[in-house]
Amino acid sequence: MTLTPALQRTVDDFHAMEEQDRLQLLLEFADELPALPERYAEHPDLLERVAECQSPVFLFVEVDERVHVHATAPAEAPTTRGFASILAQGLEGATVDEALAVPTDFPRQLGLDRVVSPLRLRGMVGMLGRIQRQIRDRLTQR
Amino acid sequence: MTESEARSDRIERYAAPERVVTTEWVAAHLDDPDVVIVESDEDVLLYEVGHIPGAVKIDWHVDLNDPVLRDYVAPEAFAALLGSKGIGRDTTVVFYGDKANWWATYALWVFALYGHDNTRIMDGGRDLWIAQGRELTREPARREPVDYPVVQRDDRTLRAFRDDVLAHLGKPLIDVRSPEEYAGERTTAPAYPEEGALRAGHIPTAASVPWGKAVDEDGRFRSREELEAIYLDGAGLRDADDVIAYCRIGERSSHTWFVLTHLLGLPGVRNYDGSWTEWGSLVGVPIATGSEPGEAPSR
Repeated sequence: MTLTPALQRTVDDFHAMEEQDRLQLLLEFADELPALPERYAEHPDLLERVAECQSPVFLFVEVDERVHVHATAPAEAPTTRGFASILAQGLEGATVDEALAVPTDFPRQLGLDRVVSPLRLRGMVGMLGRIQRQIRDRLTQR
Repeated sequence: MTESEARSDRIERYAAPERVVTTEWVAAHLDDPDVVIVESDEDVLLYEVGHIPGAVKIDWHVDLNDPVLRDYVAPEAFAALLGSKGIGRDTTVVFYGDKANWWATYALWVFALYGHDNTRIMDGGRDLWIAQGRELTREPARREPVDYPVVQRDDRTLRAFRDDVLAHLGKPLIDVRSPEEYAGERTTAPAYPEEGALRAGHIPTAASVPWGKAVDEDGRFRSREELEAIYLDGAGLRDADDVIAYCRIGERSSHTWFVLTHLLGLPGVRNYDGSWTEWGSLVGVPIATGSEPGEAPSR
C-alpha cells in the first residue's frame, strides 16, 4: 500500500506546517476544487452521493489510460470541498494500480485529527472508498 | 414600522429579550471591547472561508468536547479556551453560526453549564449576515488573551443524563429530530450516517417537534406567539416546569432548549446530550416506534 506521488506531497506539505496552520492549507484545497466538467454538470444522474459525508458531495470517476476524479460540493461545506479536492488532485492522472494502492486510511495520515477531528475525517475515508470502488466498476464495465 | 423596528419588536416580546440580538446590533458592536463575537459552525473550516470581522472561532467538536471522554472539556480546559479567545468571566458573548444557529446555541448551552450567562444569539446566524451583504473577512481575529477563572461545571440544572431521563418518563419530553428518526424508520439523521445508534425509534411519551419549526425561512427565531402555538398548545408544554429535550447528540436540542428557556421562559428545561446515540444503544431501556408518543412503562 503506497501513496501516489501527489498524495505523498500533500501529506508532506501538511506535516511541514504547525497544526493550527493546517486548516489554511485545507482551505486552499477547498478553494481549488475545480468545477465539474460540463458533461457531468448536465447529468447529475451520473454522480454518486457520498453518504458518509455530512454535506452533499457527489463524485464521478473516469478511467481511460489514467484515473480522473470529478467532484462537487457546496460552498457552505468547505471541509468537504477540501477533502474532495485533495483526492481529486492527488489521484489525477494516476494509473489504476497506483490509485487502488492508496491505503483506505490515508486521510488519517494528513495530521488533521486534532484540528478537524477523526469523526469528520471519516467522510474522507468514505469518499476514497467510493472512488476506489468506482475504479473497479469501470474496469469490469470494459 | 420599518423592518428593523419590526424585528426589534419581535425580540422584545420574548421572555428574555436580551438573549437575542439582530445583525444590526452586531454590526454596531464590532469594536465594543466588552463584547466578543463567537462563530460556531458544523463545518470546521467555514470560519476560515470568511467570518464577521473580529469574531473568534469556537468549534463544537475540537474545542468544546473532550478528545477522549464522551463529555465536555474539563474546567481547566474550558478556562484556557475562553482565556485564549479574549473572553473574560464578565464578557458579553454573542454566538452565531451556520444551519440557523444549531451549533451557536450548542456552544451557548455549554457556556451555560459553566455558569457563563452573559450570552446572546445573533438572530438569523451566519446565513442572514451574508444574505444582507454584510462584511466578511478571512483575517483571523487577534484578541489579547485574558485570565478566565477555573469554575466547576453544573451538570444538574440544565443537563440530563440517561438515569434522569428514565426517572422523568411520564413528564414532558421533546424529541426534536426528523419525523423519520422519531418513527424509527432510520437510526441516523438524513445525511449524518456516521452518528448512528443500534436501535431506531424514540423515548416513550416524547412529543415530536423537529427543531426547525422554531425558525422562519431566514433562519430567525419565530415570534413568541408562533412559538407558543407550537410548543405550548401543539406539544402540550403549557405550564410545564420540568422538560427534557433530546436529539441525536444534543446539538439540535440545544436550539430547542434555548427557545423554551429564553424565548418562552419555561423555568426547568434540560438538554439530554447523550440523546439518541446513547439511548438507542443502551441495553434494556424502553423504546417506542411509529408516529405516536407511546406509553410510559409501568414501574
